Amino acid sequence: MMEALLPLFVVIPLGFAFITAVAGRYIPQFHRIAIPLVFLFLAGLSAWMMANIRENILLYMVGGWEPVNGIPIGIHLSADGLSVLLLVIINTLAFFSAFYSYAYIEQYTSGQYFYALFCLMVAGMNGVAVTGDIFNLYVFLEIAAIASYALVAFGTKKEELEASFKYQVLGGLGSLFILFGIGVLYWATGTLNMADMHKLLGSAPASPGIVFAGVLLLAGFGIKSAMVPFHSWLPDAHSSAPSPISAMLSGVLIKAIGIYCLFRFFFNLFAVSVQFAYGITTLGVISMLVGGFLAINQWDTKRLLAYSSISQMGYVVMSTGIGMILLCRGGDMKIAALAIFGGVYHLVNHAFFKGLLFLNAGALEYRLQTRDLLKMGGLAHAMPVTSATSLVASMAISGIPPFNGFFSKLIIIIAAVRAGFYGLAILAVIVSIITLAYYLKFQRYAFYGKPSESGLPEKDVPFSMKGTMILLALCCLLLSVLVFPSLRNLFLMPAVHALMNMTL
Amino acid sequence: MNGMSLIVKKVTQLMAGIIFLYGVYIMLHGHLTPGGGFAGGTIVAGSFILLIVANGIRVFGLHREEQLSSAAESIAILVFLLLATAGMLMGAMWFFRNYLPHGTPGNIASAGVIPIYNLVVGTEVAAALLTIFLGFVIFKAED
Amino acid sequence: MVLFVMCFLLFLVGLYGVLTRRNLIKIIIALSIMEYSLNLFFILIGYVKGGEIPILKKAGTVPAVVVDPLPQAMILTAIVIGLATTALLLAIAIRLYRKYKTFDVSGINALKG
Repeated sequence: MMEALLPLFVVIPLGFAFITAVAGRYIPQFHRIAIPLVFLFLAGLSAWMMANIRENILLYMVGGWEPVNGIPIGIHLSADGLSVLLLVIINTLAFFSAFYSYAYIEQYTSGQYFYALFCLMVAGMNGVAVTGDIFNLYVFLEIAAIASYALVAFGTKKEELEASFKYQVLGGLGSLFILFGIGVLYWATGTLNMADMHKLLGSAPASPGIVFAGVLLLAGFGIKSAMVPFHSWLPDAHSSAPSPISAMLSGVLIKAIGIYCLFRFFFNLFAVSVQFAYGITTLGVISMLVGGFLAINQWDTKRLLAYSSISQMGYVVMSTGIGMILLCRGGDMKIAALAIFGGVYHLVNHAFFKGLLFLNAGALEYRLQTRDLLKMGGLAHAMPVTSATSLVASMAISGIPPFNGFFSKLIIIIAAVRAGFYGLAILAVIVSIITLAYYLKFQRYAFYGKPSESGLPEKDVPFSMKGTMILLALCCLLLSVLVFPSLRNLFLMPAVHALMNMTL
Repeated sequence: MNGMSLIVKKVTQLMAGIIFLYGVYIMLHGHLTPGGGFAGGTIVAGSFILLIVANGIRVFGLHREEQLSSAAESIAILVFLLLATAGMLMGAMWFFRNYLPHGTPGNIASAGVIPIYNLVVGTEVAAALLTIFLGFVIFKAED
Repeated sequence: MVLFVMCFLLFLVGLYGVLTRRNLIKIIIALSIMEYSLNLFFILIGYVKGGEIPILKKAGTVPAVVVDPLPQAMILTAIVIGLATTALLLAIAIRLYRKYKTFDVSGINALKG
């Protein structure tokens, strides 16, 4: 029965995107009220699935095409613990962003196209999360990516257009590498279904063609998830986009179409191999360091947050790479599970506190019309809700107890130490201190200190923006309970087991 | 921007109808011959674009046309989604299943719901390409 | 085998164009070249020696050797995606020209750091 709900995650946003494009012209306020309710329903549905899925794998055959002689024909939708976790993150953050943009899109004239593109982007990301067929994954990835290119350029100011063009060229290159990799995989195995391909590839050692496909896919998904050295599109795109879109891009898009796909391909499709594990871990470590160092001397709030995204994604990839190395070497399974758990937990946490930080930066931009830290100051009393939630998010991302970031970073460092990678653990601690440094800089220049000469705004942001920020700050506090064993086994361990048992 | 010479205008007015019919033929026979929704839709859009390019641009008429084609595109996709889910509700139990009677291979009225999908996808693609073209033209003409 | 190498060469030519050209329109054309080379690559994958087209000419008669129809369906989808990408790139390029008055990439650098 739960399988029949899987197509809903794609069909409902897709339908509402086109309903909004038609009806938004004639009924003025329809889209602003209906779309957050749609995403609230989907978020609730995905949370219900999360609570009931345990260790099962849901399989839905689109069109009812049953496998013939054991060979699957037709497209399968499959959901295991990792997919449903990703669905929960995508739909929850989509609800918060849609609710936030109730007040934010008053400055744009054609608001119905904003919501239509937003729904298309979420439909694409949901499709990537539930699909079980690699070419279908490419199609949904492209839907999400093209919608995000259009959303980054939505305001049609100079910087937004330039950022969108750079994003499009690099993103297009990434997509072409992914398509090439998928082509080589189809040539080598003759099937597109993920479960079938795992049966064919999972046991045999890697032939040169498979290694070539793996390198292409690593490059393509590395571009999509902004690993260094493919990161150059991210600071421009995430800082020039409208703020709810920045929250969605940095909070879910680089995770859903970048890191989730990377894990799916390298843990569940290919047989885990040592060279790719070392490659992934190296990319993670370099991203962590470069993102952290480049964020220190940024004076633009959203650019600082964008470089911080690169750094935190480096944490996730490094930790999961350590788990993969341990799996290949046949090391202790418990430490590998701990490392992968740290990576997945940090992925969940980062969506929430980075989303909250970008929404805060949007609130600052809404009231002050600027993103420059040097032009702000002393806003702690003028904008109390924004200041308090920004403090909560900054403490969470720097790893201060009792917020969620502390627990996930602690688990990553403990896993690195117990696995024997002492150098990586020391690097993780150093980057964590650097993260604290530039978030303290952000807090001090924006909220404390003397007011700038442009004066203080007279009141805080409208209710929809305030409400969203308060709810997200509460989530940052509540998510720290996921480290307790009973809740951990319910929510996060199915995802970890899905990656480790290499089952689909 | 003025159109082209009188000979070009007259010939395109004669040919546009034939090209449109050829596109509809490719759309309808999608389950029997190569082609189908996307290829047929491109040809139908081509016939409209040929008329606009040959006859010149008067921006006011094109604004209305662009709104019409944009609405047609969205409505076509909604009809497609409706058809795909209607099967699920009417007892076929799977999303996207082919639920109309299959008939004998080789006829036009066969293969269940696929010819209807081809028509709907064809109108959607034609409307989308026309909207893109009109978007470019109106942006340039408003200079 | 030679055809596969030529497809890969076309892909590399497109990649070279994206990385080194400075005019916006040339970058877009190079990206399109890369994508067409991938379409050719997919069709080459599906070829079976001596195969016929995968269409039933009369009811119940299946030809003995057919070429693989799955890459052909994948290519239709990939062509549509390429169309959408190119259309959006061109729309942004036209608006960029209106704001910056140049098509040269080195002149479009308002965002730095």
